[in-house]
Amino acid sequence: MRTLLVLLDKEFRQFFRNPFLPRVVIIFPLMIMFVIPWVTTLDVRHIDVAVVDHDRSQTSRRIVCKIAASDYFTLRGVEADYGAALRRLEAGDVDAILEIPDRFERSLAAADPEWVSIAANGVNALKGSLGGQYLAAVVGETLAELACERGETLPNAAPIVQNRYNPTLEYRYYMIPALMIMLLVMLCGFLPALNLVGEKEAGTIEQMNVTPVNRWTFALAKLIPFWLIGLVVLGLVMIVARVVYGLAPEGSPGAIFLAAALFVFTMSGLGFGVANGSSNMQQTMFVMFFFVMIFILMSGLITPVESMPRWAQGLTRVLPPRYFVDAMRALYLKGATIADLWVEYVALTLFALLFNGWAALSYRKQR
Amino acid sequence: MTADRAIRVEGLVKRYGTMTAVDGVTFDVRRGELFGLIGPDGAGKTTLFRLLTTLLVPDAGRAEVDGFDIVRDARAIRARVGYMPGRFSLYQDLSVEENLSFFAALFGVGERDNYDLIAPIYRQLEPFRTRRAGKLSGGMKQKLALCCALIHRPSVLFLDEPTTGVDPVSRGEFWEMLARLRGEGISILAATPYMDEARRCDRVALCDSGRLLAVETPEGVVASFDGELYALSGRERYALLAAARAEAGVVACYPFGAEHHLTVDERFDPAHFRQHLAEAGFHDVELRRAEPGIEDVFMKRMHHE
Repeated sequence: MRTLLVLLDKEFRQFFRNPFLPRVVIIFPLMIMFVIPWVTTLDVRHIDVAVVDHDRSQTSRRIVCKIAASDYFTLRGVEADYGAALRRLEAGDVDAILEIPDRFERSLAAADPEWVSIAANGVNALKGSLGGQYLAAVVGETLAELACERGETLPNAAPIVQNRYNPTLEYRYYMIPALMIMLLVMLCGFLPALNLVGEKEAGTIEQMNVTPVNRWTFALAKLIPFWLIGLVVLGLVMIVARVVYGLAPEGSPGAIFLAAALFVFTMSGLGFGVANGSSNMQQTMFVMFFFVMIFILMSGLITPVESMPRWAQGLTRVLPPRYFVDAMRALYLKGATIADLWVEYVALTLFALLFNGWAALSYRKQR
Repeated sequence: MTADRAIRVEGLVKRYGTMTAVDGVTFDVRRGELFGLIGPDGAGKTTLFRLLTTLLVPDAGRAEVDGFDIVRDARAIRARVGYMPGRFSLYQDLSVEENLSFFAALFGVGERDNYDLIAPIYRQLEPFRTRRAGKLSGGMKQKLALCCALIHRPSVLFLDEPTTGVDPVSRGEFWEMLARLRGEGISILAATPYMDEARRCDRVALCDSGRLLAVETPEGVVASFDGELYALSGRERYALLAAARAEAGVVACYPFGAEHHLTVDERFDPAHFRQHLAEAGFHDVELRRAEPGIEDVFMKRMHHE
């Protein structure tokens, strides 16, 4: 125990004496929290639209007005024929074309109405698909409004969707817990790995290995500082989320910190284990990047696990961040409790034991 | 377990892939002895140190340090040896006194407990107590490393090329310190590529390519030189070296300080040799009998292998 304190004292001295690390640990999370929520948004706005209006009726004019008024669209012009509009699409001038057929208004009353056509540029898949859907929704809404004004009820009334937990589907709220997780992945994965391999490169580990310090104590002394750093950083970014974005956790902060602590143990254990297996910084960095890339892209941080192919979904079950991502979103946005998320907590605990056990066992004083 | 030997090594072997770094080495170090490992770079000295300090596991053979087996009792050995690796490996971002108290604490001793042992060395470091270890001069780094290796009063001290890269004056001081430690009853195994340092040891082992060529006192090593040794000097040293090597009766010719040393066999005739060199255009050569040193024995033994 006394040895552990001596080792910890040395680790903290080195950390605070490093001209670079303490700043990275504070500035990096702040930069991410202040900048990224503004720039990563899946809310598509200002879609450039060209309308080809063959109908020139009250209805078609109403649709065009609605498009022009909407924040989602920028009306780039009303073209006389589809060919001219398509040329603008090809030139990259517009993202989507809405073509209203001749006698559209009159056909609405008939049993067999004319079809509105929407063409969208799919090069940017997200913008194209959302643009097309938004346009269809605008047309639908306009028709519903007109029917309403005439005192009719539409035979197939549009369903009303209410988004629970994130009522405005604010992408930022979805993103901020994910950013917190990414920060913990980066800081608590890379820093312990680089710290340990740094001792290897400096040769100081040789000197440590001929002391009677046992490997569990040594491993603990290497990991504890990064556990603390991870939790301090989490506290910091939670304050930023509250103050800057007005996002306070719905669930209890204690539950969040418990999940985060388990996850931070896991990540630092992984970093320590990877550093044990490598002999220099380059090796450590590349192996860590491999894990971090997979963790960030596959654990539902950015794209939902449910939309992945079956085999990939199976694979995500062995990724520790997957459970943390689920837990964090549920805790932050839904106000879930530890009891609701027991599966995630158990999974994270197992991962933490597994990775840290591996880290300590793979560290050998004698080879 | 009482051991009359500080270190006992029997047929120790360590291989790295196809390369055999330590190839069946056998020797022992008595209690209170200052034992030198002399040999060129790549002779396997560092690997031997890493085996004896329990950092490596041997592929064959066995060894005991202070009566403890290097594989079975690794932990017991770690508590009672001091190791100073060839490369400075203290924490460069900790100060002199922080390094010292850190290592003292790891061995569970107070800095002052064994202060008498390190005092003569540490006194020289005292003015730089608060300086970061990384900012010390080479000689000061070595002294600090020695202090840290001694702070727990080890019974056996391992020093891997402790004076490499240190100026001649500091080197001399360093060896005087080792002699004093030996007086304190600490057994020392020190490696060095410098032949002049070998003379300061009680016994030396000459090693090359993972094997020991001889284990002797420095005087014994010198006395074991049989045959004649000549010193040759003249202008155009490199051409002279090549010409001398081609002469009959010359076994080996190698640069030695400002001269060349020649080991010869019975066919060698000094008069004939001078004449031949003169015919080849070397007019001002000087040839005289020389006293052999450890290096000469080393060169001769290596030649025989």
